[in-house]
Amino acid sequence: MVDIIVCAKYAWDVAEIKIDPSGKPVLEGVPRRISDIDKNAMEAAVNLKEKHGGTIKALCFGPASAKDGLKELLAMGADEAYVVEDPSGGMLDTAATVEALAAAIQKMGSFDLILCGEATTDGYTGQVGPRLAGKLGIPQVTYARSLSLEDGSVVAERDLEDAYITVKVSMPALVSVTREINVPRIPSLMAILKASKKPMTTWKLEDLGLSKEKLEEVSTLKTVKLEGFAVERKRLIIKEKPVEEAVQELVSNLLKEKVLGV
Amino acid sequence: MAEAYKGVMAYSEDKENLLELLSKGREIADQLQAEVSAVLLGEKVEANVEELAAYGADKVYLVENPNLKGLLAEACAEALHAVVSQAKPEILLMSASKRGKELAPRLAERLGTGCVTECVALNVEEGQLRMKRIVLGGKVTSTHTIGGRPIIATIPPRMFEKKRVEGRKAEAVKVEAEISPSKVEIVEAKPKAVAGVRIEEAPVVVCGGRGLKQKEDFKLLEELAEVLGGQVGCTRPIAADRGWFTEWVGLSGKKVQPALYIAVGISGAIQHVAGIRGSKIVVSINKDPEAPIFADSDYGIVGDLYKVVPALTEALRKALKK
Ligand SMILES: Cc1cc2nc3c(=O)[nH]c(=O)nc-3n(C[C@H](O)[C@H](O)[C@H](O)COP(=O)(O)OP(=O)(O)OC[C@H]3O[C@@H](n4cnc5c(N)ncnc54)[C@H](O)[C@@H]3O)c2cc1C
Ligand SMILES: Nc1ncnc2c1ncn2[C@@H]1O[C@H](COP(=O)(O)O)[C@@H](O)[C@H]1O
Repeated sequence: MVDIIVCAKYAWDVAEIKIDPSGKPVLEGVPRRISDIDKNAMEAAVNLKEKHGGTIKALCFGPASAKDGLKELLAMGADEAYVVEDPSGGMLDTAATVEALAAAIQKMGSFDLILCGEATTDGYTGQVGPRLAGKLGIPQVTYARSLSLEDGSVVAERDLEDAYITVKVSMPALVSVTREINVPRIPSLMAILKASKKPMTTWKLEDLGLSKEKLEEVSTLKTVKLEGFAVERKRLIIKEKPVEEAVQELVSNLLKEKVLGV
Repeated sequence: MAEAYKGVMAYSEDKENLLELLSKGREIADQLQAEVSAVLLGEKVEANVEELAAYGADKVYLVENPNLKGLLAEACAEALHAVVSQAKPEILLMSASKRGKELAPRLAERLGTGCVTECVALNVEEGQLRMKRIVLGGKVTSTHTIGGRPIIATIPPRMFEKKRVEGRKAEAVKVEAEISPSKVEIVEAKPKAVAGVRIEEAPVVVCGGRGLKQKEDFKLLEELAEVLGGQVGCTRPIAADRGWFTEWVGLSGKKVQPALYIAVGISGAIQHVAGIRGSKIVVSINKDPEAPIFADSDYGIVGDLYKVVPALTEALRKALKK
């Protein structure tokens, strides 16, 4: 039996973000979805539960609308979902996020394993997992590309730049997974219908003994500027020409650009 | 409270990267009129103090402890906590390698401070450190300041050049730290074959994606790269899923800035494009005219890579008389 908490962010769908002519990203109207790799974390949790039994709780610190995203995780196999409402509209840093997540985890009761993604698709800091493990005083295993349980310990293969490293650690522990660990299931219609009956809890910061002010105090990171990358590519695309001709045209353009033979 | 913290400290598990961080740290410290220090951690440490001094260190802090074996994040965080408590640096620069990226936030949490991961630029403005990073899948950069101390920033290897200055001296300081034995046990380590030439430094990069059906087909790209004096790279699924290479280009991989970048059979997901923003000219070859990569390209050919690439290699060979 293994009791798992999956931390999932209701992130901006980055593919939908446009840059306005002044170079500012436009976030208004951009849809949100559960961050990609957090679905890999969910799938990993379901695989462990299928093998060893236990429970899976999904946890998100985010807007009230995160409930819509968490429904997908319930359909994938979580037993319960929890949203801690962020009153700041996503303006807090990872230290504040972890403050909220840790308080929620304390209130949720005991656990064996916390699963996170390696990084979120929008913020992409990779900080929340290691910070949370540090805050809870439990060991961390990051960049896991495989995960199993052996005699009550977690065994994971970590994917680092220079090596694959297999580690073993007792529980409770926190593991962050890579997107290569598995292919997240797409829930069936049946599973989606069933999920609507599973418990979904919403907490305000006050329910956890926290407040907006307290989180703002912890959050010492300030964002002073956001700048979109201006698209300055020439976009001269050769279509529907015989290969030889297309290639000749490309080569003469590259010669003009003086990027050959440098 | 912030006033008590002064100077720039650098730590990396990788020696080359430490020298890069020291050089950058020196530049920042000179603007802040402060000192630079380096930290070395390990079961046993051998410090080449003269060399660290030549790259900018005024002080070198050493922590030796049997529990630092394997440099696991929990133990390193405890050791660095001890060093920071003693030295009180205003800024701590660390590596944005995976080891650094898991250590820095754990340490930041312990110290109750902020951290910016994977900085692509660091500047001092009005006495404040500004850190720039890539967010929102690679479409946007955000610039940050941190109110907590120390300010922790992680920097990708090879982002900044190391600079040697002769005739500098540094003092070595041993720090005693209590470090608990790690609960994480290393069962097996399988080293990856590391590429010979750094793709970050290649003048031409030819990258392949899932449009290539089998590993052998990368031979086509190697021939093209050879004619151009370049290097071959790939997308994340080619390396991390299929295991054909050990490193990839993109947001979570290498950032390249060649004069010429050629994308072959790559769709152009923003996470991939995030790694090629610095390229002077981007060329793409894809059979799908709707592939997003074309919007991020200077030149493109819509066509089957298995026909276009050999023809392009041949045409270039003639044009460059090779
Ligand atoms: C947090 C996060 C981080 C990520 N980091 C990275 C990263 O650093 N780097 C990275 O690359 N990806 C990264 N990804 C993955 C990224 O989102 C894409 O999934 C990936 O880049 C797609 O790789 P691809 O273009 O090779 O494959 P695909 O998207 O499958 O594209 C294959 C392309 O090949 C074309 N093609 C097929 N056959 C032929 C042919 N015969 N001739 C010509 N064209 C052909 C197809 O039209 C298609 O456009 C990340 C994802 C996440 C969520
Ligand atoms: N707001 C959040 N709520 C729940 N989990 C989160 C949140 N933000 C980040 N996480 C978790 O931490 C991981 C790393 O996130 P990040 O540090 O933002 O890159 C994610 O993959 C999630 O598992």
